[in-house]
Amino acid sequence: MARGYEPRLNRVASRWALIGVPALSVMLGSMTVLIPQISVFPLLPPFGLLILLAWRMIVRDLWPVWAALPLGFFDDIFSGQPLGSAMLLWTLVFLVLDIFDRWMMWRDFRQDWVIAGTLVAVVLLVGLAIANSSGGNTSAVVLLPQIIVSILIFPLMVRLCARLDVLRWTL
Amino acid sequence: MAPPSPRRPGFSRRAQYGIFASYVIAVAGAGFALLLVLTARFDPNGHSALQSIVADMTSPISSAARSALASTGDVGESIGAYFDAASKNKAMAKELAASKRKLIDADVLRQENRRLKELLGLKSEAVQPIARAALVSSTGASSRRYAILSAGASDGVANGQPVVGPDGLVGRIVSVGRVSARVLLIVDGGNVTPVKRSVDGAPALAIGTGDGRLILRPLTSDVQFKPGDIFVTSGSGGIYRPGISVARAIDRGREGTKARPMADPARLDYAEVEPIYLAPPPPAPSQIGEAKED
Repeated sequence: MARGYEPRLNRVASRWALIGVPALSVMLGSMTVLIPQISVFPLLPPFGLLILLAWRMIVRDLWPVWAALPLGFFDDIFSGQPLGSAMLLWTLVFLVLDIFDRWMMWRDFRQDWVIAGTLVAVVLLVGLAIANSSGGNTSAVVLLPQIIVSILIFPLMVRLCARLDVLRWTL
Repeated sequence: MAPPSPRRPGFSRRAQYGIFASYVIAVAGAGFALLLVLTARFDPNGHSALQSIVADMTSPISSAARSALASTGDVGESIGAYFDAASKNKAMAKELAASKRKLIDADVLRQENRRLKELLGLKSEAVQPIARAALVSSTGASSRRYAILSAGASDGVANGQPVVGPDGLVGRIVSVGRVSARVLLIVDGGNVTPVKRSVDGAPALAIGTGDGRLILRPLTSDVQFKPGDIFVTSGSGGIYRPGISVARAIDRGREGTKARPMADPARLDYAEVEPIYLAPPPPAPSQIGEAKED
C-alpha cells in the first residue's frame, strides 16, 4: 500500500539513499546468479525481478515507468537471457501494474502476492520463449520448480524491502 | 477514499507532462528491447560482447567465492535428495533387484571399455589441453544453461572449443572474454552432441533438455537403447574428438531414451579446454563417381 511519507525525523533523508537503496537492492538481486554454483536446471528465483516487484508493491510511486529499462538491462547482462529480454518484460510488467493500480485501488498483501506471482510466472515463461527463439530448446515443464520457488519466496522479498525501506529513510 | 494515485497528479500540467513522457520513454524502450530480442534470434551471439566484458570483471569474484565454499555442489545435491525422498524407497528396492544383472553388465562393459581404450590408444595420440580452469558460476535463473569458465582469450581459449571434465564432456565455448569464457553445457536445450553407443558404436544424437538430462535419439530406427548404455562422442561433424564419455542412458521414454550426463558440472573442480577436433574429410565425390563408372 502506498503510504504518505511525511518527514518524521529531525533531518532530511538523503536523496541518493532514497533512490539508491532500492536500485542497488534490485541490482544485487540480479547479481545473485554469480554465486559459485553450477546449476544444471533453472531453480534460482529471478531475485532482481522479485525485489523490483516487492518495491513496487510497497512503495507504489517509487519508480517511474521507465525505471524497469535500465534495471532490466543490468539483469540481462548477468542472467544469460538474450539481451533485451528483461528490459522488455520488466517494462511490460510495470505497464501492467499501472493498469492494475487503476482497477484495484484497494489491495491487501494477498492480492499483491497473487498479482506478483502471476507476473513472475508469466515473465519466466515468456523469457523461456525468448531464450528458445534464440537457440534454446527447453520445455516449459522445466520451469515449474523455479516458478514455485519464486512465488513462495516473494513474501520474504517484501519483508526484505520493507526493512530496506526503513533503512533508506534513516541513512 | 482511495489512496491518491501517483499517476494522476491533479491539475499540474508539468506533472502530467512528466508522467506522459515517462510512459513514452517506457514504451519506446520496450520497443527497442523487442528489437534487441529479435536481432538476438538471428544472431544469437551478436550481443555477447558486453556480457563477456562483465563476465571478465565478475568471474574473479565468483571464483574466489567458489574456492571459499568448495562444497556448494554437495549442498545442492543434499537438498535435491530430500525432494526425491518419497520415491527413493521404491526406486531402491527396484535397484536392488536389478543390481545383480547390472553387476554382470558392468563387468562386460568394463572389459569392453578396456578393449576399446586399448584400441583407441593404439590409434589416437594424447590431446594436449589448451587451458585448465574452473567453472565459476552459471546462469541459474535463466532457462539457458551457460557456465562461466575462468579462462579466456588470454589463455588461448576460442569459440567452439570443447570443454571436458575428468568424468566426461561438459560443453563447448560459445563466447570468450579476456579472462573468462561462456560455456554452453551439453544439457542446454539448444545443444546437440553427436554420440555413439560405446559397446557397438550405434550412432545417436544427444540433445539437451534443459533440466539436467539429455535425450538420446538413435540415427537408425532399428536400434533400441537400454538403461545403462554408455555413450561417447562419435567425432562425426568435428568439434568433439571421438571417445569422450557423454552420458549414461537411464530410462526409455516416448520421445527417446533419457540419459544423465557423465560429468556433473556442479561437482567439477577443474575442466580442460581442448582444441577443436577436425574430422577427417569424407571421401571426395570424384572417387565415388569413378567407382560408379567402373
